[in-house]
Amino acid sequence: MTKSQFIIEVNHVSKKFEDGKYALDDVSLQVKKGEFVTILGPSGCGKTTLLRCIAGFQVATSGDILLNGEDVTKMPPHQRDVNTVFQKYALFPHLNVYDNVAFGLQLKKRPKAEIEKRVKRALKMVSMSDYEYRDVDSLSGGQQQRVAIARAIINEPEVLLLDEPLAALDLKMRKDMQMELREMHKKLGITFIYVTHDQEEALTLSDRVVVMRDGKIQQIGTPTDIYNEPQNCFVADFIGESNLLDATMIKDRLVHFCEQDFECVDEGFGEKQEVDVVIRPEDIYLGRIKPEMVGTEDDPWQLHGTVQSCIFKGVHYEMTVLTDNGYELLLQDYHAFEPSTYVGMLVKPEDIQVMKKERLYNVFDGEILEGNKVLFLDEEWEISESVAQRYEVGQKVEVRVNFDKVNLQDDEEDGVLSGEVYFILYKGDHYHIQVRTDDGDDLYVDTNDIWDDGDRVGVKIAPSSIRIVNAKSN
Amino acid sequence: MSKLLSIFGSRRTWAWPYVLFMLCFVILPLILIAFYAFTDAAGAFTIQNFVSFFSKSEAVNTFIYSIAIALITTIICILIGYPAAYIMAMQSFRTPQVMAILFILPMWINFLLRTIATVELFHMFGLPLGEGALIFGLVYDFLPFMIYPIYNTLQKLDTNLIEAAQDLGASQRKVFTKIIIPLSMPGVYSGIIMVFMPTVSTFAISELLTHNKITLFGSLIQRSFSEGGITMWNYGAALSLILLVIIGLTSFLGQNDHENHEGGLV
Repeated sequence: MTKSQFIIEVNHVSKKFEDGKYALDDVSLQVKKGEFVTILGPSGCGKTTLLRCIAGFQVATSGDILLNGEDVTKMPPHQRDVNTVFQKYALFPHLNVYDNVAFGLQLKKRPKAEIEKRVKRALKMVSMSDYEYRDVDSLSGGQQQRVAIARAIINEPEVLLLDEPLAALDLKMRKDMQMELREMHKKLGITFIYVTHDQEEALTLSDRVVVMRDGKIQQIGTPTDIYNEPQNCFVADFIGESNLLDATMIKDRLVHFCEQDFECVDEGFGEKQEVDVVIRPEDIYLGRIKPEMVGTEDDPWQLHGTVQSCIFKGVHYEMTVLTDNGYELLLQDYHAFEPSTYVGMLVKPEDIQVMKKERLYNVFDGEILEGNKVLFLDEEWEISESVAQRYEVGQKVEVRVNFDKVNLQDDEEDGVLSGEVYFILYKGDHYHIQVRTDDGDDLYVDTNDIWDDGDRVGVKIAPSSIRIVNAKSN
Repeated sequence: MSKLLSIFGSRRTWAWPYVLFMLCFVILPLILIAFYAFTDAAGAFTIQNFVSFFSKSEAVNTFIYSIAIALITTIICILIGYPAAYIMAMQSFRTPQVMAILFILPMWINFLLRTIATVELFHMFGLPLGEGALIFGLVYDFLPFMIYPIYNTLQKLDTNLIEAAQDLGASQRKVFTKIIIPLSMPGVYSGIIMVFMPTVSTFAISELLTHNKITLFGSLIQRSFSEGGITMWNYGAALSLILLVIIGLTSFLGQNDHENHEGGLV
C-alpha cells in the first residue's frame, strides 16, 4: 500500500455523547502535510470535539482517524505524534518556564545537553528567551501562551493542534500573535490544525477553512471560496456580513429576487427553482438618483430605495436601504449616503452567489390517528376532516408544512409543541427561523415577528396548513 | 445618627469582639504560659524548669517517643488517605459524595466517645491494648483530617494539566508521578499539619487505649497541672512551651515552602 498523501484522514467520524446527542455526525476531513487548516464554527458545533478526537482525548463512537496512514482511532494520546496548544494554556504550575518546555523531552529521556539546546531554540522561536527560570504564574496571558506553544513544538510533532489558542487574549495581542503563528507555521513546516470561533481569524490564518455546525461539516474550502462562494445560508451568514434573499432561478444565468430579474453566472439549478442568493454588502453599488428619473433611459440602476441608516465603520460606511418593493438591504461604501437619501443600486452578475435551498418546506414522518388527527413530532395535530377521510387510521404518511404556515406563540403553553429559537436568518423582508423542539427535532419558520436566539416558543399549525402527501404503504 | 451608623457600618467595628476574644483566650494564655515557664513557684525568674526537663532522660524520652508516635500515625494516614482521596476525586467514581460522607461520618461523633468504643472493640475481639492499639486509635481518629485536604486539592486539579501531560507523551504512571503527586502536595502538607500537631499533644486517647501504660508528652503536661499541685505548674508551662515551639516550627517550615500553591484546608 502506498503511503497516504494526507497526514490526517478523518473518515466518517461520529461522536455520540451519553445523553444521546451527537457532537460529531459523520465528519470526514483530509489534511495535507504542511497545511494550515482552521476548523471554524459557533460554540457547541463540535469543532473542539473533532480536535480532541484527533489528539486522542476522546475516542470516536464510529469512523476512523488515520495519522500518516496509520490508524490511531483508539491510540492513547501519549503515543500519538501530535501535540496540542490548549485554550487555557494548561502550563504546569509547579514547574518553571524551562521545565514546562522541557517536559516532553525529559519524558523521552533525551540527554541534558540536547534538551537544553532544544528548549533554548523553542523559547527563542516564541521570543521568550529571557524567561527560562521564571515562575509560569508570573507571566502575562500572552507570555503563557507563547510558553505553551514552545512546549508543544519542542517534540517536533507532525501535527500541531491549536484549540482556540488566542481566545483569552485582547484584540491587539491577538492580531500580533496571529501573524506570529503564520510565520511560525512557515518556519516549522508542520501541519497546523487550528480551532476557532472567530471567522476573521480563520480567514486570515488558514490555507483551508472547515466550517462546522451541529456536529456536521458545512463547507471546506480556501478562505476566498468560503467567503465568495458559501454553499448554504449558514456559511454565508456566519462568515462576514451578507444579504440573504429568497430567490427563484428562472433559467440558467437568470435569477429573480426583490421582484426583479438579475443576470448571474450560475447554471445548473434547473428552471423555476427556488433558491437562496447571497450578496455581500460591498458588492452592491449605489448612487444618488431623483425619484422621477426611475425607469427612464438615464436610470442605470437595478433597484431603488431610501437609505434608512448610515454608520461609519472606520474605512467604509455601512448603510441599510429599504427598497421600493420592501426589502431591506445592507450596503457598504466609501461614501456616506445620509438617511432618507433616495438611491439606486446595482449588483454585478458575478457578485450574486446562488445557493441551493436545503429544504423548501418542513417535512415530517406522520401517522394518521383517530378523530381527524395526525401524529408527528411526537404530538397530535388536528387536520381537516376532508383530508383525514382520505386516509386510514394508523397509516404512515408524509406531512408537509410551509415555512410561513407555522405559527410561533410567546407562551409555550399556547402551542401544541414547545421549543427554542435556535437560529435566525434575516431574508431582507422576513426572518427565517429554526426552532429546535424539546425532543431535538427542527422546524423552520418564516415570520415577520422579531424573536431572539434562545426564546422559548409554542408552536401552532392551523389544520388547513398541514398537508398530507405521499402516503406510504405500511 | 449618621455617625453612629458609620461606626456600626464599618467592618473595623465588627472586628472588635473577635480581637477582644483573641486577646483574652489566645494572647493572654500564651503570655501566662511563657510567664509560668520562666518563673519558679515564688514568681522569680528562672530557667530551672527547662534545665530539669532536659536533665531528666525519662522526660526527654517521652518527648521523642511522642514525636515518633505522631510521625508513624501521620505516615500511615498518608498511606491510607492518599489513595482514598485519589479514588474519591477521580471522576470515574460514580458516587464520590457517598464515600466522602462515609469517611467524614465518624467525625460527627466526639472523639472521646469513639475512643472508648475502640477500647470496647479491642476487648470484644480479645486484642491487647498498648502501642498497636494506640496507633490504630490515632489513625482512626485523624484519618479524615488527612483525606479531606488531599481530596480537596485533587478535586480542584485542572484536568487540562493531565491532558497536557498525556499530550506531551506521559503515560498514566508518568502523569501520576510528574503531575498529580507534585500538584497535590499542598493538600498533603495540610493533612500532615492537621494530623501531626494534634497527635503530638494527645493525651486522653493514649491513656484510654493503653490503660495508662504508655505516657505521651501530652499526658506529661496534663499530669504536671492536675496531679503535681501548684508547684508543678511552672514545669508544665515549660513543657507546653517546648511543644508549642516544635509544632510552630513544623507548620512554619511546611507553609514557607509552599505558600504559592493553592492549598487544602490550612
